[in-house]
Amino acid sequence: MKNSRTRRFLLGTVGITALALPLASCSVGSIGGGGDGGGDGLEISVLIASSGEGAETMEAMGEAFTAANPDISVTVETQPGGGEGDNLMKTKLSTGEMNTIFGYNSGSQLQGLKPDENLVDLSDQPWVADLTEDMKTVVSGSDGLYGTPLGASFGGAVLYNKAIYEELGLEVPQDWATFASNNDAIKKAGYDAVIQSYGDPWTSQLWVLGDFANVAAQDPEWAAEYTANNRSYTEQPALQGLLNQQEAAESDWFNEDYASVLYDDALAKLANGEGAHYPILTNAISAIAQNTPDKVDDIGVFALPAQDAADTRLSIWLPNALYIPKSTEGEELDAAKKFLEFVNSPEGCEIQNEYLTPGGPYATSACTLPDDAPPMIDDMQAYVDGGLSAPALEFLSPIKGPALEQLTVEVGSGITTAEKAAAEYDADVVKQAKQLGIDGW
Amino acid sequence: MTTTAAAPPRRRSRKGMASSYPTWFYIPSAVLYIVLFGVPTLAGFYFSLTRWDLTNAEFIGLENYVQFFTESRLLKGFINTFIYGFVTSGLKVVLGLALGLLLTSSILGRGYLRSTIFFPVLVSTIGIGITFKVLMDPFDGLINQALATIGINGPAWLTDTSWALFSVALVDVWKGVGIATLIYISGLVAIPKDYYEAARVDGASAWQRFRNITLPLVQPATATVVLLSLIGGLRSFELIWAMTKGGPGFTTDVIASVIYKQYQSGFFGLSTAGNVVLFLVVTAIVIPVQYVLNKRQVEA
Repeated sequence: MKNSRTRRFLLGTVGITALALPLASCSVGSIGGGGDGGGDGLEISVLIASSGEGAETMEAMGEAFTAANPDISVTVETQPGGGEGDNLMKTKLSTGEMNTIFGYNSGSQLQGLKPDENLVDLSDQPWVADLTEDMKTVVSGSDGLYGTPLGASFGGAVLYNKAIYEELGLEVPQDWATFASNNDAIKKAGYDAVIQSYGDPWTSQLWVLGDFANVAAQDPEWAAEYTANNRSYTEQPALQGLLNQQEAAESDWFNEDYASVLYDDALAKLANGEGAHYPILTNAISAIAQNTPDKVDDIGVFALPAQDAADTRLSIWLPNALYIPKSTEGEELDAAKKFLEFVNSPEGCEIQNEYLTPGGPYATSACTLPDDAPPMIDDMQAYVDGGLSAPALEFLSPIKGPALEQLTVEVGSGITTAEKAAAEYDADVVKQAKQLGIDGW
Repeated sequence: MTTTAAAPPRRRSRKGMASSYPTWFYIPSAVLYIVLFGVPTLAGFYFSLTRWDLTNAEFIGLENYVQFFTESRLLKGFINTFIYGFVTSGLKVVLGLALGLLLTSSILGRGYLRSTIFFPVLVSTIGIGITFKVLMDPFDGLINQALATIGINGPAWLTDTSWALFSVALVDVWKGVGIATLIYISGLVAIPKDYYEAARVDGASAWQRFRNITLPLVQPATATVVLLSLIGGLRSFELIWAMTKGGPGFTTDVIASVIYKQYQSGFFGLSTAGNVVLFLVVTAIVIPVQYVLNKRQVEA
């Protein structure tokens, strides 16, 4: 009896200790921080989206950096792009488990990560002086500057197939009417006038987002007033973007399979001359250069035309940037800062030129375009040099609703009208404005 | 640990030991449940009443709920959820029973057919979603190409607004009918053969036997299938997300995908409110259904 009592007691103690031991080894701080400190060298890790050439670029950057700094090794971790990646990123930041360095959008998306609270201030770094003013604005919070650009800026405009234009003797349109008549001629000739790829819904937004520079040309205060809730998409000049998309859908300019085509397939259609126009971000040129390199010279770009040629401008997106979360400290922080300096060095710029085929001009004077840059960039440079460009809305206003891509898919598919979609989008952005705590909403 | 104490307690007060045994076994699960499910659920109820981002939660009362029900797109998701849940549930019950009857009769290759019907249940939902998305492609997909060879112009399964939700529902039924069949098979074999023999002797037709013996006695299985498939259907997310991501536009949005999109955009309070709504909706539907179904059970 007594034996069994002691046995029970002993077994109970052993059992509880056995349960407790695994729990003790789970200390959250040491997982994923990237600084195990084991081995001879310091290890830093970079988190980058897996879409596009970001991962390859960072691998090459990491190797070159380690060659120059042998005691620091760089590992690259990828994550899915778009909304799924956003989730992962926000979760990692909020639990303090982010990698040493991570890549992310600049502009209003950055504001969603609360940079003043979560990121390391880099305004004292040597490369800051080389950044263009627009770039500085979009990687800063209210208390400091937080990122360095990775890659060149790019535009949101209409990529067009020069071969088809030559064949049909068409001119690059400066206003909407010319664009419409070009499309009718192209349709008659048997090509797809405008390629759409709603299989990747985000591409449907370009009609609205690419039109913003035109809006800003007609109303320079539009972005600031929009943030203060004094402008609406249901009124001109902003409504025009959606009206354009509706007109394009109703005029039957789209490819037959627009609802299911994916982004990469759409680029192939454009490059191979099946379709003439594709409203998309110009960094698509690097995917075209990778998949159909012999067609790169056939691709040109023009800004989405406004109704009046005098208002036509090119909308510019500033590049993504690399940031350092506050969870990176000490030795790793110094190594991370060194890495960012390296990205802006001539070697780093060369790697950017090689792997991230530039889709537009650079946002820092530290990097220059290569000699064999695609001819499309010359088209863009003309707009920038002539003062006919403006940053896209997301860089001037933090207000962007999550449902825009679904609404533009609906307008492009003919499910709803431009006015209805505009009204719904206005209601949608209220959530974002309230979440960010902006006055006036 | 405590299992070795089986012998000694005989000398102690049996009543005390007998009643505290089950309690001690229950406690580890109870602790896990409260910590991992109970506390977060209650925390969720609180956060649904706030505007919540990564760092602060500002109390705003029922504003999230008001927004959820006044935004037409969120409301559409709500309605789609009901359509999806009831369609998949209804089809699973009918098809499950039909297949169950087929697979309890003596046909050739019964064992093989049972495995074939059940195997989709075991496959990853995302894998099935991606596969069917490719198969259902309106131009290059195998389904439309096969239909074209017999002269039928297949619809755009996942991009036509009138077909999209039903296409996803059909794939869901294809995946889940195995479980329904399994439950029905176990229900059907539990019915004593004597009833059928007696009915046959009395001259009842096959349909009369089915309606008066099989249906009432398989009621517990029906109740189970209806409840499980309804709960699953109302909460369904992975298949819809893998196939259409709620598209085209908002056509196949259900509450679960709406919640996920709000979460993606960082509206954590609104997304939690959506979760609470889903919880209340599922509870409000399932409890009365369960009550009605269990009342109508007939003891074999």
